[in-house]
Amino acid sequence: MAGIMLHRAGPGITLQDMGRPGYLAQGLSRGGAMDRLALVEGAALLAQDATLAGIEIAGSFLTLSADAPVRITLTGAPMRVLCDGAALAWQASHLLQAGTRLELSGSRGGYSYISFGGGLETPELLGARSAHLAAGIARMLENGDELPLGPDAGHRTGLALAPLARFDGGVLRIVETPQTRLFPQAERARFAETVFRKDARGNRMGQRLVPQGPGFGLKTGLTLLSEAIAPGDIQITGDGMPFVLLAECQTTGGYPRIATVLPSDLPRLVQAPAGADLHFRFVSLEEAVALERTEAKRRAGLHADLRPLIRDPHDMADLLAYQLISGVTRGDDLERTEG
Amino acid sequence: MTETLQGNAAPVDMPVINALGVDGALISFGTVLTEAANRAALAFRAAISATDMPGLIEVSTSLTSVYLRLDLTICDLDSLRPALTELLDSRDWYAAGLPEGRRLWRVPAVFGTELAPQLEEAAALAGVSALDAVAMLCAAPLRVQTIGFAPGQPYLGELPKEWNIPRQTDLTPRVPEGALAVAIRQMVLFSVSTPTGWRHVGQTALRLFQPDRTDPFLLRPGDEVLFQPVSRAEFETIIRHAPEGGAVSERVN
Repeated sequence: MAGIMLHRAGPGITLQDMGRPGYLAQGLSRGGAMDRLALVEGAALLAQDATLAGIEIAGSFLTLSADAPVRITLTGAPMRVLCDGAALAWQASHLLQAGTRLELSGSRGGYSYISFGGGLETPELLGARSAHLAAGIARMLENGDELPLGPDAGHRTGLALAPLARFDGGVLRIVETPQTRLFPQAERARFAETVFRKDARGNRMGQRLVPQGPGFGLKTGLTLLSEAIAPGDIQITGDGMPFVLLAECQTTGGYPRIATVLPSDLPRLVQAPAGADLHFRFVSLEEAVALERTEAKRRAGLHADLRPLIRDPHDMADLLAYQLISGVTRGDDLERTEG
Repeated sequence: MTETLQGNAAPVDMPVINALGVDGALISFGTVLTEAANRAALAFRAAISATDMPGLIEVSTSLTSVYLRLDLTICDLDSLRPALTELLDSRDWYAAGLPEGRRLWRVPAVFGTELAPQLEEAAALAGVSALDAVAMLCAAPLRVQTIGFAPGQPYLGELPKEWNIPRQTDLTPRVPEGALAVAIRQMVLFSVSTPTGWRHVGQTALRLFQPDRTDPFLLRPGDEVLFQPVSRAEFETIIRHAPEGGAVSERVN
């Protein structure tokens, strides 16, 4: 069976897909890719199902090779990619030849993804392949790991897709939670006006934010009953600092939650580099639902936005012979497209 | 801490349906933990799971509420609200019985020693001796009121009033898997090694979540757990030799 071999794997590299729905009642959160949009973009580039598993790289480095030719895409936080010494374009599809080393390095933080034609077909556990580190499901990938590939029905490579801008912080839209009104109106207003810095302390469970100015702790000695929690919820922890819950969050919690980040804005949070400025804007539930539906439609239609990378692969007589050339760049195209 | 309400009467203005996030709904049966509200949440979850409401992706319970995650491309809270309201109005959820197929688990645990270093501290807060504390915590079966926070992790209750002790302000950096901790008239058994604000009073050899098994979760809401104090030496033997951490179960209904 065709597979991928990891030669040099830094920390923070996991196999990820869209996670495991269905186990919330047993205390297991969905997990899955931190930037789900990156897997969706990868799937659009490969014209395959977005539920297939790929590799997530959390601000780390990785060298791999395949034992048979395989289509790949590189999405999410841009990295420097060398393929047998030549630079490859980010946010594009390529054909990786058998035995050729693909080296990814130079991460500036955030989460980067490699998707594969046919996806990675490790055994499923509870209906998914993704590692859920907090729950002890699977583990980080390591040097020497071999990952089987699924059959690839597609053949096109040399395509590019402009990424949705989400790598520099900015505005995160939020809705009220059932606990938002526990915070006085003046504090809620201050929350929406405050600039937050993304703390270096963050992982697949959640991300701490540091406000410019005082924290947002409730003054009353409030004892809340532990209540259901979802990714995007902004807990105000004991020290008054907001903590945004993410893919591997707990399923219940007792800290008050001041607001919830829209699912479609979570990629902007997880992809902001440490130290980036973030701020929040309340929107109505009605508006938020409409925004989510618009984004779902946009994601479903991404295939229409694909464009040839540098030159049109269809113009080439022998695509396979050109596969390395087609994706080669001068290595200076890490500048992101602002979509 | 609010006194726990007694009796089966529905709290004022409950149950209530709220949005939880953009794609979630929370049906709350109480803002404080009561027997009736806990039963109501478990029964309502079972009922809604048995319907085929379009767009419902996941249903879970916390202590006194039911959480629904919705597929926004199919439905939203506004479109589901009439059906949810109708189901809520269809019966007195607070009068619901406990789930079917419940089990009683007898679970060996070491109390105190360096394996569970906060027994003395917790006993002092409860105003009893360490010896009496162990006797109280092991006197009667505790109910799994909900599973949550981490996979397979039970919230067990309800303990006598003396145990209405607060969480500590600072977190314990790490308790091991199988740790038994206490606060606010409840016990938690930890399914993974984790930081916590609850006081670590006992240690079990339970493995509450084993993802590679066909039935990966040991406990279910409604199950009962009776702790049986064992010595440190007995515990070491259990860890090495006993299957399921020495726990045995029997059906209770």
